[in-house]
Amino acid sequence: MIAIIDYGMGNLYNVKNALDALGVDSIITSKKEDLEKADKLILPGVGAMQDCMLNLEKSGLKETIMNLVLHRKKPLLGICLGMQALFESSEENGHTKGFGFVKGNVIKMEDRNVRIPHIGWNDLQFVKDMSLKDKFSKAPFVYYVHSYYASDYDQEDLVAYSEYGNMKICGVIMHDHVMGCQFHPEKSAKDGLKILKYFVEEFV
Amino acid sequence: MHTKRIIPCLDVKDRKVVKGINFVGLKEVGDPVQLAKQYYEQGADELVFLDITATHEARDTMVDVVKQVAKEIFIPFTVGGGIRSLEDIQKMLHSGADKVSVNSAAIKDPNLIKEGALLFGSQCIVLAVDAKMRQDESGWNVFIHGGRIDTGLDLIDWVKQATDLGAGEILLTSMDADGTKKGFDIELCKAISKEVSVPVIASGGCGSLEHFKDVFKEEAADAALAASLFHYNELTISQIKTYLKDEGIPVRI
Repeated sequence: MIAIIDYGMGNLYNVKNALDALGVDSIITSKKEDLEKADKLILPGVGAMQDCMLNLEKSGLKETIMNLVLHRKKPLLGICLGMQALFESSEENGHTKGFGFVKGNVIKMEDRNVRIPHIGWNDLQFVKDMSLKDKFSKAPFVYYVHSYYASDYDQEDLVAYSEYGNMKICGVIMHDHVMGCQFHPEKSAKDGLKILKYFVEEFV
Repeated sequence: MHTKRIIPCLDVKDRKVVKGINFVGLKEVGDPVQLAKQYYEQGADELVFLDITATHEARDTMVDVVKQVAKEIFIPFTVGGGIRSLEDIQKMLHSGADKVSVNSAAIKDPNLIKEGALLFGSQCIVLAVDAKMRQDESGWNVFIHGGRIDTGLDLIDWVKQATDLGAGEILLTSMDADGTKKGFDIELCKAISKEVSVPVIASGGCGSLEHFKDVFKEEAADAALAASLFHYNELTISQIKTYLKDEGIPVRI
């Protein structure tokens, strides 16, 4: 059972729809008990980082997630804003502290030669040889919608990136049993579904 | 490699996809869920659904369509037509739409954009705008109600205001080009692309493969939308994408 964490941010239904299509049992929930029982957690999210962390704190979910990930070693996938929350901090709305599961900071995208927000399909370049990469015969295409991106992360943690203007966008990051996707795998057609399937079936 | 998007548009009335010119002589062209699935399989990058009936009963039918579509396709899709309130936006997003497009209602109350963007994020508020060149050719005016009413608003002023309020994308329909099949209105698209930093979706006038190339080569738009071309199988999405790729335009293929 996969728990899709409901904390009032963004479109959770489409993550569930994608898991349903893969035949994976999942539940959209904000209950501590459900998160404890689940095999793996997904933290989706669209919107602003400050609201995201505030909602997680107010609902008590932040503490639950910290505990489950750090002490019980439950695998966690952060999607889009949910991925940004995995890092130490974000410069959105001044300075917002994240979970700090993964080293790095989230900064505003800046490049006058491209449109921001970065909206649309981009190809994903793998930097690591791993079973996820082997699922694709050529670079997969994934759908991004964001104005902030990860920086100062450990190069060791970077799995795949996309290029946008002069920026190297951290697309997939993995650190121990924590994984993040800046794009929306649930909206990235068959390539995206493969990435979700990998998280469900293979990611530690 | 950021790619250019190809977006089929489905006008929906009474649970059927229809097509006509300026809402006259509507012809049924298929079932919305079936067509959505077909376009998804063919490689559409995104879909737009426009609800062209505006009664309350029809709205509930549209919600059903959106829910079913969300279970079948795994690419982003926008729902528009008759979105008048934050409740309307929420209903569509909760049914599975990724974005909503607002048009007339946002002109009557621009706060709808601001509040919608604050509550749900700019990424899901698309400003749909119908533009027509003024008679003195000094620029474009914004039209509403399917192009029947001239608001007197200057297009560039309105688009700038809407993006300042939080609209995350512009779905730009050229009334001058719509239905002509002579190509997208590149001058119009460029004028808007130059003014705003958010992506512009070109709509209206597309009739051939070259038209897609022209609008992208000129960097006039980030995405191109068409309806009858796809519904009547004049061109398929994969045909367009293969052609664009050969022409050196980045596409998801």
